[in-house]
Amino acid sequence: MSDHHPTGIKRWLFTTNHKDIGTLYLWFSFTMLLVGGAMAMVIRAELYEPGMQLVEPNFFNMMTTMHGLIMVFGAIMPAMVGFANWQVPMMIGAPDMALPRMNNWSFWILPFAALMLVMPMFMGGDFMQGQGPAFGWTFYEPLSGQYNKLAFFIFAVHLLGFSSIMGSINIIATIFNMRAPGMTLMKMPLFVWTWLITAFLLIAVMPVLAGAVTMMLTDKYFGTSFFDAAGGGDPVLFQHVFWFFGHPEVYIMILPAFGIVSQIIPTFARKPLFGYASMVYATAAIAFLSFIVWAHHMFTVGMPVAGELYFMYATVMIAVPTAVKVFNWTATMWKGSMTFETPMLWAIGFVFMFTIGGFTGLMLGVAPTDFQYHDTYFVVAHFHYVLVTGALYGIIAGVYYWLPKWTGNMYSEGLGKLHFWLSTISVNVLFFPQHFVGLEGMPRRIPDYNPMFADWNAISSLGGFVFGASQILFLVIIIMTIRGGKKATDQVWEGAEGLEWTIPSPAPYHTFETAPEVK
Amino acid sequence: MSASKTIKMLSRLLCTALLFGPAVAFANEGYDLNLQPGVTEVSQMQFDLHMLVLWICTIAGIGVFAVMIYSIIAHRKSKGAVAAQFHESTTVEVIWTVIPFAILVAIAVPATKGLLLLESNDKADVNIKVTGIQWKWEYDYIDEDGVKFISQLPQAQEEARKLGSGTDVTTVKNYLLEVDNPATSDDTTDGYIVVPEKKRIRLLITAKDVLHAWWVPALGVKRDAIPGYINESWFYAEYREGEDNIYRGQCAELCGKDHGFMPVVVKVVKQADYDAWIAKQKSAASASAAADTQTFTMDELMKRGEQVYNSSCAACHQPNGEGITGAFPAIKGGKISTGDMAGHINIVVNGKPGTAMAAYGDQLSKADIAAVITFERNAFGNDKGDMVQPSDIK
Amino acid sequence: MSDSKYYLPEPSHWPLVGSIGLFVTTFGFAFALLNYNAPVEEGGGTIGNLMVMYIGMAIIAFMMFGWFGTVIRESEAGKYNAQVDTSFRMGMMWFIFSEVMFFAAFFGALFYIRQLSIPWLAGEGNNAMTNELLWPSFDGGWASDGKAMVSPNPEAYPTPKAVVGAWGIPLVNTILLIASSFTCTFAHHALKKDARSKMITWMIVTLALGFIFLGFQIYEYSHAINDLGLTLSSGTYGSTFYMLTGFHGAHVTIGAIMLTIMTLRMIKGHFTPKNHFAFEAAAWYWHFVDVVWVGLFIFVYVL
Ligand code: HEA
Ligand code: HEA
Ligand code: HEC
Ligand code: CUA
Ligand SMILES: [Cu+2]
Repeated sequence: MSDHHPTGIKRWLFTTNHKDIGTLYLWFSFTMLLVGGAMAMVIRAELYEPGMQLVEPNFFNMMTTMHGLIMVFGAIMPAMVGFANWQVPMMIGAPDMALPRMNNWSFWILPFAALMLVMPMFMGGDFMQGQGPAFGWTFYEPLSGQYNKLAFFIFAVHLLGFSSIMGSINIIATIFNMRAPGMTLMKMPLFVWTWLITAFLLIAVMPVLAGAVTMMLTDKYFGTSFFDAAGGGDPVLFQHVFWFFGHPEVYIMILPAFGIVSQIIPTFARKPLFGYASMVYATAAIAFLSFIVWAHHMFTVGMPVAGELYFMYATVMIAVPTAVKVFNWTATMWKGSMTFETPMLWAIGFVFMFTIGGFTGLMLGVAPTDFQYHDTYFVVAHFHYVLVTGALYGIIAGVYYWLPKWTGNMYSEGLGKLHFWLSTISVNVLFFPQHFVGLEGMPRRIPDYNPMFADWNAISSLGGFVFGASQILFLVIIIMTIRGGKKATDQVWEGAEGLEWTIPSPAPYHTFETAPEVK
Repeated sequence: MSASKTIKMLSRLLCTALLFGPAVAFANEGYDLNLQPGVTEVSQMQFDLHMLVLWICTIAGIGVFAVMIYSIIAHRKSKGAVAAQFHESTTVEVIWTVIPFAILVAIAVPATKGLLLLESNDKADVNIKVTGIQWKWEYDYIDEDGVKFISQLPQAQEEARKLGSGTDVTTVKNYLLEVDNPATSDDTTDGYIVVPEKKRIRLLITAKDVLHAWWVPALGVKRDAIPGYINESWFYAEYREGEDNIYRGQCAELCGKDHGFMPVVVKVVKQADYDAWIAKQKSAASASAAADTQTFTMDELMKRGEQVYNSSCAACHQPNGEGITGAFPAIKGGKISTGDMAGHINIVVNGKPGTAMAAYGDQLSKADIAAVITFERNAFGNDKGDMVQPSDIK
Repeated sequence: MSDSKYYLPEPSHWPLVGSIGLFVTTFGFAFALLNYNAPVEEGGGTIGNLMVMYIGMAIIAFMMFGWFGTVIRESEAGKYNAQVDTSFRMGMMWFIFSEVMFFAAFFGALFYIRQLSIPWLAGEGNNAMTNELLWPSFDGGWASDGKAMVSPNPEAYPTPKAVVGAWGIPLVNTILLIASSFTCTFAHHALKKDARSKMITWMIVTLALGFIFLGFQIYEYSHAINDLGLTLSSGTYGSTFYMLTGFHGAHVTIGAIMLTIMTLRMIKGHFTPKNHFAFEAAAWYWHFVDVVWVGLFIFVYVL
């Protein structure tokens, strides 16, 4: 196996290598995490005390909006695609992704899309008044239609969608077409399965999002009236189209994390994953259900009551397959022989806290009470538990798990554990109190609030600053590992199983140029 | 917040974070951690259902977490645990699929009942049309001729909430949860929605420009206000002796720059007080109609106009008339406000569809529109010197 | 099909060129649309200068020539084995699936508007008060109920004189497009039998049908705009009509361009009875466009 590869900037610009592209995705994602996180810090700083201290209201709305968009489309999704690029070929014994040039294109659209998204913040008027998108990451019409640089936002979404669709096509083609002989579908590692299903979700819903923004474009600039009652349209139609994308989108962000955790727990429990087949079916069931529950984000828009009942029933049903997953992870740990290296800590943190977020999701799914929770910080608490301590924890767990394979070096176990404990304590200080202020009645997306919410907001902000600072530690650990450290063995982890652990660490530039035999 | 209080709160938080269970116990003791039961049948139903599901989740959580924690403690390699190799069991898989399903069915039954109550559609006694406008509410008592008014954050709080206002907002009473009717800014309770007790109040909720949501937690009502459509909701409240019977809420749907500053206040009164209030509103309405036929002097117009400008226009066009570049045009030296009079009247009366500039023709009285236009044309150094009278407004 | 190894391309600059092209195109368009914010007296309210967008499109065209050229060379050089071929097939299949979902968004909007929002604005369901208080003069209905397509607010969204009937040009177009799907398949069969002149003939027939379809479509648009006063701003009927038929027309155009290129390659002697994926991809696309049209014919014109 040759380890020859191009060098210099061209290596990264023109690469067709899945590992290079995976690396690009992961660094892009990390950068975006810092940018989106910095915006979250602005949000938490403004909310530290009642009264307006730091920013103008519209700037605050812009921070909320850009934070949500950047985290979802810039940090979480590209990180997951980065994992897919690195791991899927190595896990199924493929020499590379099925369509390597298109793979490069999928990545290189992203920075341009991000540029398109953030550019309007710096265009026109007074920066401090917030010139960028300020209509929430859900960009509901008609508020978004009032925005005078809407076209930039719309095309940013088009580009993001284009990138995701091509990336997903590639992943599906790779998984269906590039498996080593003997690697049957039901032998695939669970991470590969979750990505297969995620990619399907992406191809199904990203075009719908593209359709939604296209209708916004023509409504604003070309006289159509999809979302304007005066012409027979309906602003709520926008929400239906958006959430038909948006709800599957949240599972797009969590399913690969499920996959990562399903790789890590068996490794450190030294015991095969419990209920492999039911894990696969549960993932498929979640994906299927995710298409038919979207309007649980819209209980208060005034749907006919039959619709509300249907969406309530369908929504709470998702708890069943998700429960299967949680129980399977627990059963995998049961009677295992567990050790608690850093990836395992993050994975266990994931299982605990994702479950808390899932429970609040269930509460939100119960329509009559959602009328109280909706658009309050209770929702914010819910989705940060599933997104930060869910998706992001999954990502961090995966980075610690595979970093030795990628770099050939072990990270510092002591620092890794410090990172975990700092993050896990602070993240709960950050998001748990948001349940309380939400139930007390604090709406989301507000820059200022009545002093009765002050105490918990201050606590939450303090937690946020510590959590933010802990991620700097993460950056330091990664850089230290890349630059050196104890050499990793090929298998890296005592309990690790799978093709990626049979190749050297660091993984050579080209792997499995001749397909391995899988028994 | 003092340091000792911070520590107290932090330790309480840690307890709750570690043990979801005590959170519920805390919640019941009025630590302000929980949903409030509210004062209507619907809000109490919501509270009960909330507690039911919260308890179910808590118990399920304790169950799952207990097994995991036990396993983490007992089945660790450092304790010499040897890994078992079992990895499937159809029986347990079926059991733990069926149990959550059964729990969900148990939740669905009261939830269905609750939803049907919340959406019930009986005949109402009082009908109020509620219109969300960037960033205020308009209330129209459609059964009572002429009882229609705007309700928005009082001017004093508008000042206090400004960036760098220097006001300690913790000293402001009902900060961001108080309203005022800008047309009669003398009495700060004038923007309240006053309703009679023991009557079914029907809210007909809509919006002028973008989405808003009308929300009063204690009444159990939250409903989106959608331009071009009317959403219905309702409540039924009793007068509570010895309490102020005032219920506060906020706009609950992002509606642009000042979404955070769009409060709602409802006051429940005895029937007799309601009748008196309606009578007072009606006489105020006829007084304002009378003003619409009057002719004013320049000074009168400017004075009235300044007031209207500050309460209705300054949120966007800014108190100094300079607007916000890129979003809200300047009135100071503005093309329209120093241009042709007809164009100026037109944009104020009819607004500009698709932008935040609303049609003020049906929000302000003719006298107010005339005054504010006159003000805009002569303030901020515009000095056009011309005047608009209510009779000029069509 | 000589190489047994899966062909992995060398690093390539085409994707980056493509990304830049996409960026310049969309940026140029967005920038021109900023002109809408300018005051009308200064030429605002319309699309501004589109030069930058055209430059972007030129970059994309350049990328396509370069990239596809590379692919064609590699293919003709026999670098692609059967497995690579399968990857291409899957890529195209899933791409078409994504296109289906794109159209689904617009069809969904059409169904929603017809089945829900228009009846609601006319007072159905729990929306009696919507009609009574906000749109008292609106009584709903859709073109196929024989209604004039009046918007709730006809001043903002003017009423067209009439709507487009189904049984004239649209019916003819349906027949043309279905026929072209068949002729395209005949060309495929001829290719598989290596009957090359027959194949080229059928391709030309297919293309002719496609272009006639487009011609009729353009004619119909000009009729609708000029004679019927039906535009994008004729309320939701105009919106859904033009969005669906417009995007379909754009897809027919793309499909026709793909088939034209395939025909040219055939004339140049490309493709073998066994190895002709590029042609098949274009043909799939053509069938997809055809199926969408049938959906359009039923839901936009007939029902
Ligand atoms: C990774 C992302 C993610 C995930 C996985 C979920 C998971 C779930 N979400 Fe969440 N959600 C979001 C991201 C996510 N959500 C976001 C971003 C928003 C806000 C969007 C916005 O408005 O900006 C949101 C908002 C949101 C709402 C709208 C709230 C509102 O605005 O009013 C609702 C309502 O139903 C909801 C429900 C659920 C449910 C039922 C689940 C279920 O999948 C959870 C299932 C899991 C469990 C239930 C726990 C495990 C189960 C057991 C241990 C078994 C025991 C179970 C029983 C008691 C039966 N979510
Ligand atoms: C997808 C993932 C994701 C992630 C990872 C996060 C991470 C965080 N989010 Fe959020 N968030 C969303 C998705 C996400 N979020 C979404 C979708 C919304 C809704 C938007 C909307 O309403 O439209 C939202 C909204 C949202 C709100 C509500 C805003 C409002 O309603 O007005 C808040 C408020 O506290 C918040 C906070 C945070 C914090 C403190 C973090 C932290 O975890 C971030 C930690 C990371 C860092 C801090 C980066 C690393 C550090 C630095 C860059 C150095 C600077 C550090 C210091 C100065 C200490 N987020
Ligand atoms: C919610 C925000 C908002 C409020 C409140 C508001 N306006 Fe405006 N106004 C706008 C916007 C946005 C425009 C620009 C419309 C456009 O794009 O042409 C505008 C334009 C104008 C113009 C034309 C300016 C020019 O020269 O182009 C005038 C005059 C005006 N408004 C007067 C008023 C008056 C009088 C009031 C109060 C009674 C008011 N506005 C309240 C948002 C607002
Ligand atoms: Cu009105 Cu938010
Ligand atoms: Cu959802």
